[in-house]
Amino acid sequence: MEENRFKGYRGIGKAVLEQHNVGVWSDVKVESTRGRFEGLILPRSVTADEHHIVLKLVTGYNIGIAADTVTKITEQGRREAHYKISEQSFPTDPRKPNIVLLGTGGTIASRLDYRSGAVIPSFSPGELYGSVPELADTCNLRTEKLFGVFSENMGPEQYVVLANRIGEIIADGIDGIVVGHGTDTMHHTAAILTFMVQNPPVPIVMVGSQRSSDRPSSDAAVNLINAVRAASQGEMAEVLVCMFGPTSHQYCLLHRGTRVRKMHSSYRSTFRTLGDTPMASVDAHGIKPFRADFNHRRNDRNVTLNTAFEQRVTLLYYYPNMQPDIVDAIVEKGYRGIVIAGTGLGHINKPIYAAIKRATDAGVHIYMTVQTLWGFVQMYVYETGREIMSLGVIPAGNMLPEVAYMKLCWTLGQTDDRDEVRRIMLMPVADEITTREPYNGYLVFQGAIPEVQDFLRRVMR
Amino acid sequence: MNLFFKPFDDMTPEDYADIGLMCGLEVHQQLLTKRKLFCHCPAGRYSSAYDAEILRQMRPTLSELGEYDGTALMEKKTRKNIYYRIHRDTVCTYDIDDTPPFFPDDQAIDIALEVALLLNLNMVGEMHIARKQYLDGSIPAGFQRTAILGVSGWIPYKDRRIGIRQLSIEEDSCREVTDVGHERVLLTDRLGMPLVETVTEPEMYTPRATAEVCQIIRMLCRATGKVRTGYGAGRQDVNVSVRGGTRIEIKGVPQIKRIPLLVYNEARRQWSLLQIRDELKRRGITTDTFSWTATDVTRNVRKTHFPPIRDALGHGQRVQCVVLRGFAGLLNLEIQEYTTFGKEFSDRVRVIACLTRQPNIVHSDTASELLSVRDWKELRRRAKSGDQDALVLVWGDEADVRTACEEIAVRAREATLGVPSDTRQALKDGTNGFERVLPGAERMYPDTDLPPMNIAPQRLDRIAALLPPKPWDREKRYRKLGLSDHAIHVLFRRNRATLFERLMDELGIDPGFATRILVEQFTAFSREGLPIYSLCDDDVFEVFKALAAGDFSQEGVTIVLGRALRTPIDIAFDGSHVAAELNEFPPPATVDELDTRIQAHLSNGEAAGKPASKTHRIIMGRLMAEFRGRLHGTLIAERLRDSQLKVAEGT
Repeated sequence: MEENRFKGYRGIGKAVLEQHNVGVWSDVKVESTRGRFEGLILPRSVTADEHHIVLKLVTGYNIGIAADTVTKITEQGRREAHYKISEQSFPTDPRKPNIVLLGTGGTIASRLDYRSGAVIPSFSPGELYGSVPELADTCNLRTEKLFGVFSENMGPEQYVVLANRIGEIIADGIDGIVVGHGTDTMHHTAAILTFMVQNPPVPIVMVGSQRSSDRPSSDAAVNLINAVRAASQGEMAEVLVCMFGPTSHQYCLLHRGTRVRKMHSSYRSTFRTLGDTPMASVDAHGIKPFRADFNHRRNDRNVTLNTAFEQRVTLLYYYPNMQPDIVDAIVEKGYRGIVIAGTGLGHINKPIYAAIKRATDAGVHIYMTVQTLWGFVQMYVYETGREIMSLGVIPAGNMLPEVAYMKLCWTLGQTDDRDEVRRIMLMPVADEITTREPYNGYLVFQGAIPEVQDFLRRVMR
Repeated sequence: MNLFFKPFDDMTPEDYADIGLMCGLEVHQQLLTKRKLFCHCPAGRYSSAYDAEILRQMRPTLSELGEYDGTALMEKKTRKNIYYRIHRDTVCTYDIDDTPPFFPDDQAIDIALEVALLLNLNMVGEMHIARKQYLDGSIPAGFQRTAILGVSGWIPYKDRRIGIRQLSIEEDSCREVTDVGHERVLLTDRLGMPLVETVTEPEMYTPRATAEVCQIIRMLCRATGKVRTGYGAGRQDVNVSVRGGTRIEIKGVPQIKRIPLLVYNEARRQWSLLQIRDELKRRGITTDTFSWTATDVTRNVRKTHFPPIRDALGHGQRVQCVVLRGFAGLLNLEIQEYTTFGKEFSDRVRVIACLTRQPNIVHSDTASELLSVRDWKELRRRAKSGDQDALVLVWGDEADVRTACEEIAVRAREATLGVPSDTRQALKDGTNGFERVLPGAERMYPDTDLPPMNIAPQRLDRIAALLPPKPWDREKRYRKLGLSDHAIHVLFRRNRATLFERLMDELGIDPGFATRILVEQFTAFSREGLPIYSLCDDDVFEVFKALAAGDFSQEGVTIVLGRALRTPIDIAFDGSHVAAELNEFPPPATVDELDTRIQAHLSNGEAAGKPASKTHRIIMGRLMAEFRGRLHGTLIAERLRDSQLKVAEGT
């Protein structure tokens, strides 16, 4: 295990360890030009420099010692650490609903990776029960690790495996499904799952965390507990996202998979329903629905699976000064669909009209969404909109750009017929296009306004 | 049994040596920086005003080596809702753990390195930021970011050296507003402030030596001139153990002068707990033979007159009776000044079971005062207990009472071992109370949000080259200049030593005058209630610079400083209004102007017919009002006297 002995060390750092015949997990005394140090040699992160040796002091702190200052290292013993989440078998109770937790990666449960210095996901029912025993209060939990990828690495291959596996699990009989997922692209996966897995008889609840579970104030446990509640007790048999409502540890919100979006790079309450209200809130007291228009839980095992996916589709975020060659390049590279996130009501600049025309003439399907995220595409209001439509661009209502992207991938995986594509795209599966926007569907509060400040002033007790 | 321990005033160093007292310190010192340590919020703005509130709950997590920390498990039992009060001006989304950390403040690291060098520490080559878990909510993230900069140093104390284990740089925590039941409210204004923590070896053997070493470390930090002063800017934890006892950490001692009594009481507590352990052993009670029961006695006490229990029954709460077999007579023993063994149980119930309303327990050793003999008899019967047992009653919500019973048993079992490892809070009367289980190294976790940071040799060289004189060397110099012990002490305490030296060395200000302003005048300002720490060294320096440039007389210094201090200011102070005061201050007057005014006063007859000395006094008063700070008083007096003489000669 020579490799392991110098885990992560290279160059001068490794040379110094070799020279003094010590390695990772050696308990050592180090003499250096900066004085004496004592501690346990830890593995080195592969992204850190080669010039330092990491020691864990008896106080629990880590420090780095510059390799070129070391004059002598004496080994006093060895002490290997194994990070392990305490594992206990998950109790079963025949009176409780059966839930499957599908793991795709992400930080619901995670542990430290010495090599990268970052956290890596870790996951088993025993581990989960060890760290979140409350789960056993609501259900019998089974877990399946489908992949161990960060959410940015989720793609079509994973979508298809996930959808098919959900189909199988439903066919086998289950009371609810929870999907653990990294948060970055959770809304992309929520959208595509909504299209691929239609009319499920049970809730399919996606969940993740914004703060990894290795932090005491993590949202992971609360999100997971609430997601399991929604999956086991909830009436909503749809693809939902369950994440923190406010940043405070109060309740989670259930969002419809096609209307949800990650809106902050780091806040706990990053997931918001856009253009509508969330479906429900969930906390220790149960599930409080905000709406009545949802698919109810059923006792059958029927589900419509359609895992079609065309990869040659792109999402084009329009900006002033966009040049036509960008569009031409997309067409030349053989892309079959483009979702444009246009300005305002769905606009792009005149210089690229010709390129758009060339694209639609070449058979590329182009759909217009809005980069304002809230509101409908309306291309009749201004002359420019009408011109753009005459080029063959089809307005996609109030579909979110990422959702339209996923839907076009899914649609083009099924057909290339212009009218059929249009029919599928514009016929909502689950509110990806709504017919009306409620007055409280667009709420981006601004700080400093007295009534907003009043709202922020006190957490509801 | 009898636990006799000498009173505080009678204790000698030999007495402390007899019980094997050992003390160590963890001295916290806030650094004088512009921003906070891991975000760009301004540092040093304190206010209890807040405009928003957020709620967090903490869960224990595994350590890097895969273990749960004991404290973490304890805190998990407490199930607290922690409400943070936040103000837009002092807190950003980093502080509430909704944004990852920014790179640490270089200014703070430089100051910390400077202190580390003064402490003769072995400096690390690379700084690794760790997360130190705090599940009590004192930090919204649930952990404090902290990093070691040096280990194994020393400072001189009398004829020996005191070892310095390590120095770390870390972010400060929240201030508690209230902690009632399951709800704790915290203020976040102090959160994230950079501070250094100096940890000594346990090499102080008397309460007095502990305080004196603390004072040396405090002065050493202040020697840099780059640390904060004022209440709360420096706090210390005191670690105490006696032979056979355990290292106990007393947290958050705000004043050094409170250290000796705290140490005394903790030494006494540990010694007493060891006597109790021995007594238990004599009674045949060890960890293995210890037994207890808990019985629901809600129905049995329904007729009691004891008000807290009546109250609880009125609210539909439960009452449990814990029987500690063989513990009779022990709970009433005094183990700190005016504090009994029974309080150890009450403290645990308060902190862990969240039964915060006092009294929260009542035990059979104090029976006669609180519950009737009949009550206790009935309870003993119901709980199947004999006279040799101690009974502890506890009441509250069912879940809390269950936790409380378990904690009472846990604490009793610990009594068979001696002194449990606690973190204890310093109380105003010099005793201490339970705060939480002492955390171990398991609560440290590497921070994965920031990479390790190189501490380059060039950086250390640069700081070492500009190291301030050590306080003990400074003291010698000031004595030579003729400063009194009091003045020296005040200069150190107010953190004005560096300024004092700059005034002498850079501006040639007379040390006597500098002391008069920095010590006496500032004391006077402070007595007026003026915020003397709002003026930073550079502000004061500018005023003296104007004096040295001849912009005004010595008196002008007091006036400008006084006006600057009286200007209503925001919580923050950037010195801009000192500049404004300097600008607005009228330029020095010429002697010609003075003479013109003297003539005017003399000729308008306002003092006509009065004796010359009286005339002098009256006109002098008017002139001072006109020329204060613009001309030296002595000069005005001289010119006035000359003119008066001329007038007298003329007549």
